[in-house]
Amino acid sequence: MDLQIALLLGQDGITNGAIYALLALALVLVFAVTRVIFIPQGEFVALGALSLASLQAGKTPGTLWLLLGAGIAIFIIDGIGAIKAGALHRFPKIVLWNLAYPGITGLVLFLVKPAELPMLAQVMLSLILVVPLGPMIYRLAFQPLAEASVLVLLIVAVAVHMALVGLGLLFFGAEGSRTPAFSDAVFEFGTIHVTGQTFWVLASSVLLIATLYLFFERTLYGKALRATAINRIGARLMGISTIMAGKLSFLLAALIGAFSGILIAPITTIYYDTGFLIGLKGFVGAIVGGLASYPVAAAGALLVGLLESYSSFWASAFKEVIVFTLIIPVLLWRSLTTHHVEEDE
Amino acid sequence: MSRQRWIYAGFLVLLMLGPIILPEFYVTLLNYIGLYAIVALGLVLLTGVGGLTSFGQAAFVGLGAYTTAYLTTATELSAWLAPFGQSPWLALLVGLVLTALVAFVLGALTLRLSGHYLPLGTIAWGISIYFLFGNLEFLGGHTGITGIPSLSLLGLELKLGRDFYFLIWIALLAAVWLTQNLLDSREGRAIRALKGGTLMAEAMGVNTARSKIVIFLIAALYACISGWLYAHLQRFVNPTPFSLHIGIEYLFMAVLGGAAHVWGALLGAGVITILKQWLQDFLPKILGSSGNFEVIVFGLMMVLILQRARDGLWPILARFVPNVAEKGSQRQISQAEPLPKKASLQAGNKLLEVGDVVKKFGGLVACNRMNLSVQSGEVLALIGPNGAGKSTMFNCISGVDPASSGEIHFLGERIDQLNSREIARRGMSRTFQHVRLLPAMSVLENVAIGAHLRGSKGVLSALLHLDRVEEKRLMAEAARQIERVGLTQHMFDQAGSLPLGQQRILEIARALAADPLLLLLDEPAAGLRYLEKQALADLLRRLRAEGMGILLVEHDVDFVMGLADRVVVMEFGEKIAEGLPEQVQKNPAVLEAYLGGVA
Repeated sequence: MDLQIALLLGQDGITNGAIYALLALALVLVFAVTRVIFIPQGEFVALGALSLASLQAGKTPGTLWLLLGAGIAIFIIDGIGAIKAGALHRFPKIVLWNLAYPGITGLVLFLVKPAELPMLAQVMLSLILVVPLGPMIYRLAFQPLAEASVLVLLIVAVAVHMALVGLGLLFFGAEGSRTPAFSDAVFEFGTIHVTGQTFWVLASSVLLIATLYLFFERTLYGKALRATAINRIGARLMGISTIMAGKLSFLLAALIGAFSGILIAPITTIYYDTGFLIGLKGFVGAIVGGLASYPVAAAGALLVGLLESYSSFWASAFKEVIVFTLIIPVLLWRSLTTHHVEEDE
Repeated sequence: MSRQRWIYAGFLVLLMLGPIILPEFYVTLLNYIGLYAIVALGLVLLTGVGGLTSFGQAAFVGLGAYTTAYLTTATELSAWLAPFGQSPWLALLVGLVLTALVAFVLGALTLRLSGHYLPLGTIAWGISIYFLFGNLEFLGGHTGITGIPSLSLLGLELKLGRDFYFLIWIALLAAVWLTQNLLDSREGRAIRALKGGTLMAEAMGVNTARSKIVIFLIAALYACISGWLYAHLQRFVNPTPFSLHIGIEYLFMAVLGGAAHVWGALLGAGVITILKQWLQDFLPKILGSSGNFEVIVFGLMMVLILQRARDGLWPILARFVPNVAEKGSQRQISQAEPLPKKASLQAGNKLLEVGDVVKKFGGLVACNRMNLSVQSGEVLALIGPNGAGKSTMFNCISGVDPASSGEIHFLGERIDQLNSREIARRGMSRTFQHVRLLPAMSVLENVAIGAHLRGSKGVLSALLHLDRVEEKRLMAEAARQIERVGLTQHMFDQAGSLPLGQQRILEIARALAADPLLLLLDEPAAGLRYLEKQALADLLRRLRAEGMGILLVEHDVDFVMGLADRVVVMEFGEKIAEGLPEQVQKNPAVLEAYLGGVA
């Protein structure tokens, strides 16, 4: 390996690592707020990327049907709940988010020709399609089980992952997609070429992380999420709705996931099941941070990206094996540094 | 014969007839159900009973399958391995050892961390081994290994699926038998106690870390056996059936069937296997394209099951057969030789000596330089307003939450560095302020957990039912303690069905089953009615007369004053008074603490 290759691999590793870092942050966030180990995080990456690819190909993304279906399901469940509770005033909101929003989104998709829109509009449309699925999934799968053990929530998360992978195959087929790059620019630093897309990924990741930081530090909702993460009961007593906190954290997770997918779709071919492995690599990073620390999780994720990149050069067939075996020394380190684990969750 | 036995007998006859009357297709299906059920059974033990879980069981199946496939087909085995390639049975041995090794390492790494690290670790392991199978040249890469020899048993070659059928189902039934034996034993109760949190189990002397590893190992070994059978049935292996997604399906089988019931594994394996078969035919027809669409249905079904019927299908089915549902709750308590007891001490021997104990939680000092001592044949009451640090003191003494500084001696030995298990072994037993029982287990079994340290039979004897003599003695002892505290009529009731006051009494019986020299009772009279309180006071007096030392935290002043020999009063983590009950009652500092100085 000469310096040129080393730098190239490093660039690759950092680009992927940035994506893993974003996902790791989302995973830590969701776990801290809801205690859900969000295995389906990676599915949002695939859904985001493939929805964008569908729009660009002039097809109707299958995620629209998922959005409509989930909306109808929630409308029925919440509608019955509202009638039983005699709270008819809730109906406008229920209808707005679960019927009107998906309906209007669908209408827009039929009226405009998404393939002819500028890239930015296509990206926005994809996000509009995919991001609401986060809170919807929370409502349907996790909210009824909010008080269950971490183990039960984990099994549900895995079940949701299975269902989403199956749906991804149904919507987008088994072929992979790659979207055009955000920019064709190539920057040269001495002997290294850095593509515009790499810049996009890194700049967006940094920007997103900074925004999240400001959100958590400076806004009321961000503080509410942090409060819920530290003490659910305490937060509830202070008037913070844990349901709101759960939905909000899933919304952020879906946003981060879908956006990550859109960022990497020009770099790597995305298949309906690609998201899972990408998400799990974010997980390895999150576990480095003990599912608790954001900066350590992000650093861990970068490390995963670099490790993956260099191992693909030395032993490309064993790339995945090496990355996922990394978890063993990490767990060893964590188990040696953790002294007392309180069982009561 | 009971109704339940008829059902078992009928089930067995049907099983025997299966391969004779059924067409080939169904025999194959039943073979697979059997193979899957063996794996799911391990998950029942791990998830439903032990409260742990693994998504990597398919990887263990793969380890079993690939080990035998490689050993029995490789032409150039190194000299030390060659003998194991001679027979599939020897290869099975290698597979089991290998599996145990991997499971042990994984378990040792993750089980000390909180509960979700094991499943996460198994996900990583499941993915790694799948890619490893697919990329290692000597394992045939993604095409796999062909030409695996068939099995022969007692000179009979098992070439056909119909022949194999019996081997699979005998293996499954043997695994069910072993698992049931284990669950109905001293070690089994320790395993079942894991779900109630490790705190109580450890305080009763259970090595919970070991129990966790044991069930993870057993589950992995079941999976390995299933893989070995699979390899010789198929005579061909490739990585596909050992992927993480199949590992997830195994977990679905256990959860769907009813993760807390051994027969749930069989039910779940059956339902998922048949449903998958049917969906794979049906879904592509309505969806118009082919693919693994059954996972959508499985995923949604899982979410629904966990939301609506978390105990799975088996309890729903078992409702139709009352005898089966109630199994294990009723049993004969036969006369058995009593367990050996510790020599009881003469009254007046120093049991417990607490010196200058400090407990800090961050900046908060919960106990500050506390001193107290308890002698045999004495009841010492520790009283004080809420938040005075009484329960913290209890936790320091019993090793549940060790003191920050200071010394604690028990029977002259320093114990403040020991864990709660070791302290329990030395003859101290306790109850908890917030009762820590296993609500789904019977009163008898709950009390028997207290006697854990008085038995010695391990997992192996439990699996093979070689522990029955000791088990009878343990049960007789538990029954004796239940009688002693006056809960005889509730002996076979579920512990969770008792009112809170009686649950506290049950905790005392459990503590007594440990044959303690010193008994630590945390608010035993809370929630009791007047007559029950009197009965409890009588019991404690009798225990005192037998030479037992009792340290009591209690709020009911009448109860305490009528019973205690000495009283220690705490406020804000410090001792403010100590002495005879009547002295303490007149102490101005105590009156101030309780009544705010009004008096």
